[in-house]
Amino acid sequence: MEIRELTCINCPMGCLLTVTMDGGEIKEISGYTCPRGRTYAEKEVTNPTRIVTSTMKVTGGKKDRVSCKTEHDIPKDKIFEVMEAINAAEAVAPVVIGEVLIANVADTGVDVVATAHAV
Amino acid sequence: MRKIDIVIIGGGPAGLAAAVAAYDSGVDVLILERDEQLGGILNQCIHNGFGLHTFKEELTGPEYAYRYIRQVSHRQIDIRLNTMVMDISPDRVVTAMNREEGMFQIQAKAVILAMGCRERPRGALNIPGYRPAGIFSAGTAQRLVNIEGYMPGKEVVILGSGDIGLIMARRMTLEGAKVKLVAELMPYSGGLKRNIVQCLDDFDIPLRLSHTVVDIEGKEHITAVTIAEVGADRKPIRGTEERYTCDTLLLSCGLIPENELSTAAGVTLSPITGGPVVNESLETDIEGVFACGNVLHVHDLVDYVSEEAAKAGQTAAWYVRGEFSRDRGREIALKAEDGVRYTVPATLDPNRIEDKLTVRFRVGDVYKDAYVSVYFDDARITHKKKRVIAPGEMEQIILTRKQLDEYPDLRTITIKVERE
Repeated sequence: MEIRELTCINCPMGCLLTVTMDGGEIKEISGYTCPRGRTYAEKEVTNPTRIVTSTMKVTGGKKDRVSCKTEHDIPKDKIFEVMEAINAAEAVAPVVIGEVLIANVADTGVDVVATAHAV
Repeated sequence: MRKIDIVIIGGGPAGLAAAVAAYDSGVDVLILERDEQLGGILNQCIHNGFGLHTFKEELTGPEYAYRYIRQVSHRQIDIRLNTMVMDISPDRVVTAMNREEGMFQIQAKAVILAMGCRERPRGALNIPGYRPAGIFSAGTAQRLVNIEGYMPGKEVVILGSGDIGLIMARRMTLEGAKVKLVAELMPYSGGLKRNIVQCLDDFDIPLRLSHTVVDIEGKEHITAVTIAEVGADRKPIRGTEERYTCDTLLLSCGLIPENELSTAAGVTLSPITGGPVVNESLETDIEGVFACGNVLHVHDLVDYVSEEAAKAGQTAAWYVRGEFSRDRGREIALKAEDGVRYTVPATLDPNRIEDKLTVRFRVGDVYKDAYVSVYFDDARITHKKKRVIAPGEMEQIILTRKQLDEYPDLRTITIKVERE
């Protein structure tokens, strides 16, 4: 039996959630005070995901960096792999907001897109 | 002298939303912005989580700014970038300067203050120790990393758990730095819960509540800090000191509305918010001078800044068009009591409220299962239970014109936190 403790992020209450796991299977969730807390706990222990935001080097323009993000959330354990890919890449000005800067970053099936213009 | 209906000081989220709303109310608008681009601090807030209320989606700062910049450019609203406003006179002559035009003056029928806020610097924190390089406000570090592409250091300690500090803990970690801990003087964090989880817990960065920095070492560059626990009196407790080596100390210890221009124009500031005292129309005590966004009071979410600024833009336009009278019928005072630190606005005239008025406020402590109550003089009008209220999150109540009209002799509206 493994016990995971989480803080719910759905509202300022910040309920302390306790999830009891047995070999990757959820046995019990306690501490939540609304259904959103339960859903959050389930997702966090089985498939936690995050959107990664960063900046990428830009060449040939006025700005040195352009802000970017993974277009959708990616598995939490891939965050640093995604960061490495972003830091290894270079965008060429002009960059348009929404432009794909890296397709299928770190084999996540998700693209890294620009979140600003860079001219 | 050039004449313009409304001059807006600042082209961040508040200035942009005010400009769009004022323009749509049929007046001409000029935005004066000191940076080389519109969008204000949103440009360096590259993380996501903006716009959940306004656009029902999670945008990054630059994306949120872009939505408004596009609206401003579609309307061909007049903008001056790289332009510093030097002075606003009580009769609304705005003196500004830039490289192309030099110093120039504009007679505005109304002025909207939208200058935002700045970070509380080290000098305002009374931290003992040396004054070496390597100490940055969290927002300065954010600008260096996200706009300039420079990392301030590799071993980081953060003092203050405001949202910018939390966001920077994650950002520095993602870029390869080791963030050793976040120390917070208060027994609770001033940041949003989800930032504590996604910026600290995700990366196993400890948050030490009721702790502060008691010493800074390093003559040329910072080499270490000493952290100590503080008691209920917020004074360090002897014997709890712990030393951490570091090459960077980030400070995220609060934001202060930037009101030098407002003060020079004669605008009265609130000692609690540091922003102008305003009425229901977001007008200051200088006629025709309005305020919105973080220059008025520090907000937690940009969505509320946009909403408030749009209101200021609209009421300033009504003022310019002579659509609200200067004879204030009745002035009702709004009072903050028992845990409520302030209200914005501070006064209201029911005749100037269309159908409803949003009153925003913050509390001074964390309350669980408490009630937010609104009193019309001695009568309790609303009594709403809240699971939790915290200083880090802005609260609001809505007053309706109908409610106000039912109390023709009303003098004072009081908002307070009650245990039962």
